[in-house]
Amino acid sequence: MEFPEDLRYTREHEWARTKGTRIVVGITDFAQDQLGDVVYVELPDVGDPVKKGESFGVVESTKAVSELFAPISGKVVEVNSPLSDAPETINEDPYEEGWMIAIEPSDPKELEALMDAKTYRAFVQEQE
Amino acid sequence: MSNPTGWKPSMEKDAKVPAAAAMAAADGTGLGGATRGLVHEEALLFERGSTGRCGVSLPPLPAGHDVQDLPAALVRGGVDGLPEISELEVVRHFTRLSIWNHGIDTGFYPLGSCTMKYNPKSSEALARLAGFANVHPLAPPELCQGALELMWRLERALSEIAGFDTTALSPAAGAHGELCGVMVIRAYHESKGNARRKVLLPDTAHGTNPASAALNGYDVVQLASGPDGRLHPEAVRAAMDEDVAAIMLTNPNTLGIFESHIQEIAEIVHAKGGLVYGDGANMNALLGVARPGDMGFDVIQYNLHKTFATPHGGGGPGSGPVAVKAHLAPFLPLPVVVKEGEAYRLVTDAKERPKSVGRLREFWGNFGMFVRAWALIREYGPDGLADTGKLAVLNANYVRALLRGVYNLPYETDSLHEVVFDDKLQKANGIATMDVAKRLIDHGFHPPTIYFPLVVSGAIMIEPTETESKETIERFVAAMKAIAEEAKADPDALHAAPSRPIRARLDETRAARKPVLRWRPGIKVE
Amino acid sequence: MLDAAGAKSLDDLFRSIPASLRLKRPLDVPPAVDEISLFAELGRLAARNDVSHPPFAGAGCYPHHVPPAVDQLLLRGEFFTAYTPYQPEVSQGTLQALFEWQTFVCLLTGLDVSNASMYDGATATAEAALMATRLTGRKKIVVSAALHPEYRKVLATYLRSTHDEIAVVPFGPDGRTDLAALERAVGSDAACVIAGWPNFLGVVEPLPEIVQIARRAGALTVASTAEAVALGLLQSPGALGADVAVGTFQSFGNAMNFGGPAPGFFATREANVRQMPGRICGATLDKHGRRGFVLTLSTREQHIRREKATSNICTNSGLAALAATIHLSLLGKAGLSHLARLNHARARMLRAAMERVGVRPAFSGPVFNEQVFDVGDAEAVVARLAKKGIVAGAPLARWYPDHPRAKGALLCVATELHSEELIELFARSVKG
Repeated sequence: MEFPEDLRYTREHEWARTKGTRIVVGITDFAQDQLGDVVYVELPDVGDPVKKGESFGVVESTKAVSELFAPISGKVVEVNSPLSDAPETINEDPYEEGWMIAIEPSDPKELEALMDAKTYRAFVQEQE
Repeated sequence: MSNPTGWKPSMEKDAKVPAAAAMAAADGTGLGGATRGLVHEEALLFERGSTGRCGVSLPPLPAGHDVQDLPAALVRGGVDGLPEISELEVVRHFTRLSIWNHGIDTGFYPLGSCTMKYNPKSSEALARLAGFANVHPLAPPELCQGALELMWRLERALSEIAGFDTTALSPAAGAHGELCGVMVIRAYHESKGNARRKVLLPDTAHGTNPASAALNGYDVVQLASGPDGRLHPEAVRAAMDEDVAAIMLTNPNTLGIFESHIQEIAEIVHAKGGLVYGDGANMNALLGVARPGDMGFDVIQYNLHKTFATPHGGGGPGSGPVAVKAHLAPFLPLPVVVKEGEAYRLVTDAKERPKSVGRLREFWGNFGMFVRAWALIREYGPDGLADTGKLAVLNANYVRALLRGVYNLPYETDSLHEVVFDDKLQKANGIATMDVAKRLIDHGFHPPTIYFPLVVSGAIMIEPTETESKETIERFVAAMKAIAEEAKADPDALHAAPSRPIRARLDETRAARKPVLRWRPGIKVE
Repeated sequence: MLDAAGAKSLDDLFRSIPASLRLKRPLDVPPAVDEISLFAELGRLAARNDVSHPPFAGAGCYPHHVPPAVDQLLLRGEFFTAYTPYQPEVSQGTLQALFEWQTFVCLLTGLDVSNASMYDGATATAEAALMATRLTGRKKIVVSAALHPEYRKVLATYLRSTHDEIAVVPFGPDGRTDLAALERAVGSDAACVIAGWPNFLGVVEPLPEIVQIARRAGALTVASTAEAVALGLLQSPGALGADVAVGTFQSFGNAMNFGGPAPGFFATREANVRQMPGRICGATLDKHGRRGFVLTLSTREQHIRREKATSNICTNSGLAALAATIHLSLLGKAGLSHLARLNHARARMLRAAMERVGVRPAFSGPVFNEQVFDVGDAEAVVARLAKKGIVAGAPLARWYPDHPRAKGALLCVATELHSEELIELFARSVKG
């Protein structure tokens, strides 16, 4: 199970990576493992607003559905559209090719409230 | 991201499959009893490629028949792609398909909450009498008094059996009955000036419950059941307010446990003007023993295909009559059947029932199922119905006693007609509920209900019903025990299961990622 | 067994039920009868339904010949006592048959995907409207007044707790939906337009024009078919531009059964598949690379989505759909075409016979096998023919009380079951 050090994490198992002025978001290795083979993902459109803690989309496996929660508030500026034809990317490479959306944050300080890799790893170990 | 069922994808990813296991029928596991002759592969009808054949015999068209009166652009020559095969080929096709199926007529189905009891052949024969099968729903009442009388008698019996004042027969299935029941509840509240906004339900509720509530515009509030598997009054009291339209309960619940706090819970809900909805899926435990209407329920839906043995048919049709107390009767959907003097009539005119929620389906209900259910009620009588409840509960408790310690029992609380185990004891060997279920198939049994209810991780829910014999139950238990042993000795065999049916484990991921939902010429699954 | 279960008596097993709730009397239902008496008793009830002639009533439920092969195959215990195919390895019979059903529905409707059947035509139509609101985000459902009135009532019931609105567009003297009125009703707030194919009056609607009006406003077109045999002669809704086709396949393989059960159907374009309600069967491979079938796309359904499901539907109409599938297999391309033309011919024969006794059609539009006649006093005719054991048809006034021609309007079907002699007798008796 991977927990890249340079990322921040939510209790809902999303990760956030700072990339210039944007925050890139996806789901963690633990999340994709729990979900199973991803068969479908529903993402917002470019330009849509997102709010911290609120749902921005849905990811589905054959037997489970999970909402995706925004780690921070802001506006969606990029969407990883190839995911709809290749949802398995989320399983194969959740932290790189499996990225979901990029957000232009309205309040970058919100990032600080998220967990770091060490804290998240401990959090995950508690879940199991 | 939560995973309440305990299901994990790794359960479906197999260990290396020994080639032999794929081919051989391991006779040592043949305890289930179903035998097969040769089992053929069978292509889709549409792949036959034959032309010009037809399997029906019809009168000729009149000489010179034309369709000139129809606009040419709106007419088609023939439907391309339809098969063109003889009656014999059709008969062989479906006969061969049928032998790939497990059915109650083939073997045991210990499916919890499904009540897979024997479907009497008498019910089937009676439903097919021309006098029942060939009646048009719009036949004038004087030409269909037999059908109307049957519906009236069934309505009286269903009302009595569950302890309610009147029953609407029209809903097409259990979930449809739930939709109806919540609609009636909503209409009742609307008539009092406030539809209210919430519906309470326990974490053991079947998925159709919150779906039915949501479809009626209600927010769903889930309440946690206690460590004994029961919903406790305090949980209800804490959530109950004047914005709650109803609580939806199954009793016994989906753990097979009687909600013994039902009266107090009903009082709490009623005190704030709410109503109590009953999901009647588990009526089999209560027949002749106790009645939901006496417990404080205001409305309940039946599942005729469960309790009254109308055939499951590979997924339906069902029938979900809704029984209510008098204060909800005005809101029932139309039609309802009434007796006036010696004559029977359907009330279809909204003017006669101005508060009715309206129509929920075409015509009057799944009459074909009414005949079967009524036939069963006539054959059982009050004693047979009471025996049903008792035997169903006895059989389930027998299973519980015999499998105790072999599989983990998450709740010590008494079970009624069904019992829930889980896979805790098998986990140590890397075996999960899914593996146990698939291996049961090799023993000739359909698996029990698995991964439901959600409150139990890796749930295995077993409901034998009253129509299974002691011997069958013992064979089933023997198979379950053998699997538990195999879990320790040879877990790989379980991961590779099932090996005996015509197909091994099927790739559901592929089916969902690249859906192929119909035949097209050159269809390929990849 | 009691011993093993640790109970002293059967009563003990029910100790979790409070004594105050235990029934202290037997259920008040009639005492049990043996099988012979049961058959006598129910036989008497069946005999009190007069089925000596095929009815001349359709209106959503149709008298057709069901070949004996259908029932005999259906009665195989492996089909009719089988459970829902959640364990696909032991349900390949059911699943392959469902895949074939879905294919038949797609071929007849000319659309890409179908589900594994619905409760009936009315609920399928209501679910199509709900799907249209989800897909478009709009709240108005435009329906033709000539769409089956029971379907419209069910639609209204299903929409009770939503904030969606239903707008009804009248039909003209030809029995077709008034296109000018439709144009006015379909604005940018319309989620869909629903029209019968054919409509309740038996009339064949101008579906291509209806589709155009809907498309210009960005709305979906839903074609609703109660008499599925029509799809053997009429162009498919899909080919004419409809986005959704719904209705019932009761006419194939299913007796009338006093109105139920019957297999509703639902078909739509591929792009809409994730919003389609109901169970869906798909093809896949097993571990050894062999093709097999499974229920799929289950995440739309109630057992996973619970309150966020596309619908609360759980059961489909499995056995009824299987009956239709077997019947369609027997008919095949040639048989279906022949059956449809035969129905069309019988309706024409009925028209001619009625004309000879001076009874005319009430509407001028083209029809398939159902048509409305102006018989003077429809209820009186129904009562008079009932005395001869004939179900004369459906009096339109029951559903259209305010229509100027309602009193005399009788909706009559003629199918392959109506012989020339019966049609002659009928026409003479209508004349009175």
